[in-house]
Amino acid sequence: MSLLRPQRSALPGFGLSLGITVAYLSLIVLLPLSAVFVKAAGFSPVEFWQAVTSPRVLASYRLTFGASFLAALANVPAGVILAWVLIRYDFPGRRIVDALVDLPFALPTAVAGIALTAIYAKNGWLGQWLEPAGFKVAYTWIGVWVALTFVGLPFVVRTVQPVLEELEPELEEAAATLGATRGQTFWRVMFPALRPAIITGFALAFARAVGEYGSVVFISGNMPLKTEITPLLIITKLEQYDYRGATALAVVLLVGSFTLLLLIQLFQRRTRGARA
Amino acid sequence: MSIEVKNVSKHFGSFTALAGVSLKVESGRLTALLGPSGSGKTTLLRIIAGLEFPDASDDRAAGRVLFHGEDVSDVPVGRRGVGFVFQHYALFRHMTVAQNIAFGLTVRPRSERPNAKVIAGRVEELLQLMQLGGLGGRLPDQLSGGQRQRVALARALAVQPKVLLLDEPFGALDAQVRKDLRRWLRSLHEKIHVTTVFVTHDQEEALELADEVVVMNHAKIEQSGAPQTVYDRPASPFVIEFLGNVNRMAALAGKPNATGKDVLYVRPHDVDIQRGQAGEHSLLARVLHVFSAGSYGRISLQRTDNGEAFEAEIARDRLLDLDLQQGEVVSVLFRHVRLFPKGQLYEADVTNGQLSETAPGYRPAHGSGEHI
Amino acid sequence: MAGNVSTLVYVAKHRQRRSLKDPLWVRVLLIGAALLFVGLFLLVPMASVFAEGLKKGWGAYFAAFRDPDALAAIRLTLLTAGIAVPLNLVFGLAASWAIAKFEFRGKALLISLIELPFAVSPVVSGLVYVLLFGAQGWWGPYLPSGEHPWLGSWLNGQDIQVIFAVPGIVLATIFVTFPFVARELIPIMQVRGNDEEYAALTLGANGWQTFFRVTLPNVKWGLFYGVILCNARAMGEFGAVSVVSGHIRGLTNTMPLHVEILYNEYNIQAAFAVASLLTLLALVTLVLKNLVEWRHRRVLEAATASTTRQFIS
Repeated sequence: MSLLRPQRSALPGFGLSLGITVAYLSLIVLLPLSAVFVKAAGFSPVEFWQAVTSPRVLASYRLTFGASFLAALANVPAGVILAWVLIRYDFPGRRIVDALVDLPFALPTAVAGIALTAIYAKNGWLGQWLEPAGFKVAYTWIGVWVALTFVGLPFVVRTVQPVLEELEPELEEAAATLGATRGQTFWRVMFPALRPAIITGFALAFARAVGEYGSVVFISGNMPLKTEITPLLIITKLEQYDYRGATALAVVLLVGSFTLLLLIQLFQRRTRGARA
Repeated sequence: MSIEVKNVSKHFGSFTALAGVSLKVESGRLTALLGPSGSGKTTLLRIIAGLEFPDASDDRAAGRVLFHGEDVSDVPVGRRGVGFVFQHYALFRHMTVAQNIAFGLTVRPRSERPNAKVIAGRVEELLQLMQLGGLGGRLPDQLSGGQRQRVALARALAVQPKVLLLDEPFGALDAQVRKDLRRWLRSLHEKIHVTTVFVTHDQEEALELADEVVVMNHAKIEQSGAPQTVYDRPASPFVIEFLGNVNRMAALAGKPNATGKDVLYVRPHDVDIQRGQAGEHSLLARVLHVFSAGSYGRISLQRTDNGEAFEAEIARDRLLDLDLQQGEVVSVLFRHVRLFPKGQLYEADVTNGQLSETAPGYRPAHGSGEHI
Repeated sequence: MAGNVSTLVYVAKHRQRRSLKDPLWVRVLLIGAALLFVGLFLLVPMASVFAEGLKKGWGAYFAAFRDPDALAAIRLTLLTAGIAVPLNLVFGLAASWAIAKFEFRGKALLISLIELPFAVSPVVSGLVYVLLFGAQGWWGPYLPSGEHPWLGSWLNGQDIQVIFAVPGIVLATIFVTFPFVARELIPIMQVRGNDEEYAALTLGANGWQTFFRVTLPNVKWGLFYGVILCNARAMGEFGAVSVVSGHIRGLTNTMPLHVEILYNEYNIQAAFAVASLLTLLALVTLVLKNLVEWRHRRVLEAATASTTRQFIS
């Protein structure tokens, strides 16, 4: 079996379908993406290093990766509780809540951005209570965190939900017959079974948040060194015709998210392997 | 520790799983709950364990579960002192075999928990008892089906239960492993003598393994008793059809060889074949097919009077003596028949040409009198 | 039969297993926490969109859509989705057929590559097209000399402008919505296996007949599911489109970009009015998505119920 050549099959259409797939994939995704790396390869190492380590850029990494991490982290308990409640309990509006969880997938990010800004601004629904209490959300890093938490909300819920649903009730019953309390059953029997899904959901939410732009730019205020995220910095550099700086930052983001993706895949393969 | 279940009913939506079932299991016995799918046997087992609860009833004496005379109906599952082995074992996948077995001991409150050394010793002891020596460090996914089954058993026994409950303990295994484990479970029971109830749909398993067989059908107990009793003296058409091969044909109570509106049951090994006239209680049948395997031969026959087909099993020597030819007409004698006219039992034996009957209304010992 | 009717009934009644039921205070606490979180992070933002959009009454609300620039933005959004979704649909069908129906080396890699756009920041998705096609665009003349992006000069020789024009917007949208249909179809086709296709072939159907009359009807719900998600993202994409659009009013503004412009001009009410239309689109998407899931689930439950009946009878 050589690369991209199938085992003999009675079904027709392999050449055509694979041809379309590879051609389209190359034209739309692979060729454009490689342009970034080809262009970056033309930089001298010093030039590249300076472009990706200037103080303003470093500050943007701190905010982007830091807020993304905290947002994904917040989504772990929230996601597990939501998945638990949706699978285990019956309550009025359960189906609606279940459907709403996907809202961050379906709602255009710009809409989410202006809506969150409106709520948390000084005179907004929540901002008017929070700001006098000394808790400023809009135009601070907390606002970035709120937007990224919104964007990452579905991931943990949707990775944990099916695992929780398929977890045989017999496992819990077995623990119960052996005298375990509900708490012990959760932490010692169920949580370990859910852990791979939780980690996957966390990583997906994190990866998504790192690249996020639309929902953040409105609420962040975009103060250089303070509330400026890396994707925004790329656009700023483009608008200043600094193609090199923009490309160098794009390489950092791409390498970051590809590494995450790779780790997720390796992790999933390992947990699947242990199960098989 | 004896188990007593008093007048228990259970519905799931519109489906009746148990309809007023009562049962008593003597201390130290090995009891089988036998029945087809949906007969309520697993529900009964789960109610005994405390995993399921009987329907609420106005009658306060109804729907109770007693262990050794003590009402445990409101004792939660973790404190009933039952060991439960699940059909698909429900082993904790992320724990090793040893951790699985130790689980029930390690979740006890600190004051009641044995120290680590005692737990390790107990685990080792159980691994030896279950012939799992050396496998303590494995994960469940690295074990064979039979090994997993024994780990599940060890885990249930580790907490020293007063009662051991097994749901289809061999259901998920292949035929050979099943037979080995069956024998092994029997010998284990001889060793530890804990009151044991297991659920099965396999009559051979129930008859071979249990001290007492409880046959269930349609949410009720049809009959309970020693395996030999249940097999030899089935109390209902269901029991006779469910346990072993049986021919059913049209007959008349009181005159087994006549065609009538009643249903007659006769086991193939109670059918005798002879050449020529065989007395007034015999009938004529044509030989359709003869097959011999092992110690007995199986003959397909067709009655000449009404065309009904049935089977006979006779010893191989006798088969060779007879030298039956396909298409030949022979005399057939039913040595032992059962009829259930109007829900009552009617039995008849033919010995040396003499018909002896058991009067209608007769109920065998350990009959179905315990169900309502 | 090892299966057992009571087991099936238990599965159906998972939520009702009393021995596993959590105490009331735990349930109330967890449901309360979940509702609070959903309310705060999802419901309140969504409600605020409509509230802000209607702040000055219905007249002002509808006025936001009478603006020619708004109408142009709506048209461009529809056009973009109208091109991107069908293209990704055809690609999704081809990719899932090749991947699900055949065994070949490099398959795992191919699947990973198809999912790649999900891992790319929208801003970078736009940037790659600027790097490719941006030679003579707005920024082109200011490029340091000696740099020749790959295709730009050739395309401009043909008098086709890509960046800061409609083609760039469409390309960036195709990029970000690339995996949606394929990702839904591949697992569904893999689970189905090839038996039905083989049966069709033995009965004399040719490849296209097999595909259109056996394969496609089998995966139509998964296809629909992928298409509605793909469409929602295509119409709502902001970051990638923002990089390549150039924000020319009436020409290269999609709806999300129009929302941004209005917002930045402090025309908040109009921004939210247009945003509310996008929110409605998201809600319709969610409703359709759940209808598909609900239907799929009902088919599953019907199958379970019929086996239950078999066991009982």
